[in-house]
Amino acid sequence: MVQVFIPSQLTSYTDGVSRLEAAGDSIERVLNDLDARFPGLKFRVVDEQDRIRRHMRIFRNGDRAQDLRLSLNDRDEVLIFGALSGG
Amino acid sequence: MSAAVQLLIGTRKGAWIYRSDAQRQTWSVQGPIFLGHIVNHLVLDPRDGKTLLMAASTGHLGPTIFRSTDGGVTWAEAQQPPAFPKATTNGAAPARAVDHSFWLEPGHASEPGVWWAGTSPPGLFRSADNGATWDSVAGFNDHPMYWNWCPADGGTPDGALLNQIQIDPRDPAHMYIATSTGGVFESLNQGADWSPLNQGVEANFMPDPYPKYGQDAHYIALAPTMPDRIWQQNHCGIYRLDRPGERWDRIGQAMPAEVGDIGFTIVPHPREADTAWVFPMDGTEVWPRTSPGGKPAVYRTRDAGANWERQDAGFPTEQGWFTVKRQAFCADQAAPLGLYLGATNGEVWMSDDEGASWRTIAQHLPEIYSVVAAPL
Repeated sequence: MVQVFIPSQLTSYTDGVSRLEAAGDSIERVLNDLDARFPGLKFRVVDEQDRIRRHMRIFRNGDRAQDLRLSLNDRDEVLIFGALSGG
Repeated sequence: MSAAVQLLIGTRKGAWIYRSDAQRQTWSVQGPIFLGHIVNHLVLDPRDGKTLLMAASTGHLGPTIFRSTDGGVTWAEAQQPPAFPKATTNGAAPARAVDHSFWLEPGHASEPGVWWAGTSPPGLFRSADNGATWDSVAGFNDHPMYWNWCPADGGTPDGALLNQIQIDPRDPAHMYIATSTGGVFESLNQGADWSPLNQGVEANFMPDPYPKYGQDAHYIALAPTMPDRIWQQNHCGIYRLDRPGERWDRIGQAMPAEVGDIGFTIVPHPREADTAWVFPMDGTEVWPRTSPGGKPAVYRTRDAGANWERQDAGFPTEQGWFTVKRQAFCADQAAPLGLYLGATNGEVWMSDDEGASWRTIAQHLPEIYSVVAAPL
C-alpha cells in the first residue's frame, strides 16, 4: 500500500481524513483507487487529458511527479498539494 | 398575488441565496454555500421548480457541477462533469480540458431532465439526467470549423467562453449560442450542426471589422413573448436581430455618445417585446470596464432600441466604479417588474418599479458573477 497525503482542498471527499492508504503501482492507479472510494476526487486533480491540473502538485517521496505513469513501490509516500492559485 | 422571489447569486468566493417576502421588501439570506468556490452560475430548473445546478471550480481544483433538490441545503456532485473527449494522439488539434463551466441552461420545456452547459475554453455539453452526467456535443466541439471559430489563442482575461445557450421555446431543435471568440451561432437540429449568425456585427479588433465570425458576443437573450427577436450586448455595441432576418441592427447607436453602448449584458422585459435594459460600461481607451464617468446607471429602451432613457435614481452620483458581468443582471416575473443586478464590488441592487429607482439589498459580498431571479 502507498501512503497518501490529501490536501485540505480535497478532504470534503475523504470525510476530513488527510492521511490514508491507497493501492496502486503508479500515480494514476493510486488516483484511480482514491476515485473509486471517493467519487469525483480524481477529476479535481487531473484533467480529461490526464494532465495534473495547473495549480495542483503531486510528489513521490518528496520528488515532484509530472507524469501520472510514474511508478510506485509498496510503502512509498504520495503527497498531493494545492499550490499557488492566486487570490 | 405574491411577488416573492429568490435570487441565486454566484460569486468569485461562493454562492448565496436571497429570498424576499411577498412585497420584495425584506430579504432572508442563505449562505455562504461552498465558500471559496468560484461559482459562475447557479440556476433553478423552471420545469420542476426545485432542482438547482451550480457551475463551480476553485483556484486549485478542477471544475464540477453540484446539484441540489432541497433549496440548496444539501448538494450532490455530478458523477461525470463536462469534459472534452481525449485528444487524438496525432497532435492535429490541441488537447482541450474544461477550465470551468460558465453557463447552465435548462433544456426545452418538453425535455425534462435535459440541461446544457457552456464552458471555457468554448465547449457545449448536454446532460439528459438532471446534471448527473454530461456529454460533449460533437456537433459544436468537433465541428470542422471549431478551431476557426474558437482559436486556441483567443479569449477573455478569464479565458475564451461559450457564454450563452438559448433555446427557442417553440422548437427544442432550434438553438443559439454566444461565444467570445466566434460570435453567435445558430443550430436548427439541436446542436448537430451550427452556422455563424453575425452579419452586421462589428469586430473592431479584426482586420475585417465585419467578419463572418470572430465577434465577441458578450450576451444574447430572446424576447420571451417574441422569440424571433434576439437582443445582443456585444463587445462592440448593442444589437437586435429579428428573425428570419440575418443582419443585426446596431441599436446602441441611439445611446448617448458620452456613455456609449459597451457593456456585458442585456435584459429583455418578460412581457413587453420592445423593452430591454442594459448596464453600460466604459469601453474607451484601455477599457476600464467601469461605470462611465463613475456614475452607474441602467438604460432602458421601450421601442426596440430606437431610443434609450437613463435610469439612475438611487445609484451613486459620483465615484461609483463598479460594473455588472454577463449573467449578473436579470428580471423577475412580477408586475411591476423587479430588476436585479450584482456588481463587481459585491453589492446587489434591485428595482421594484421597472428601473425607475434602485436600492441595495446586499453589500460586501465577493465579486458577483451571476444573479438569477426565480419565483419562490
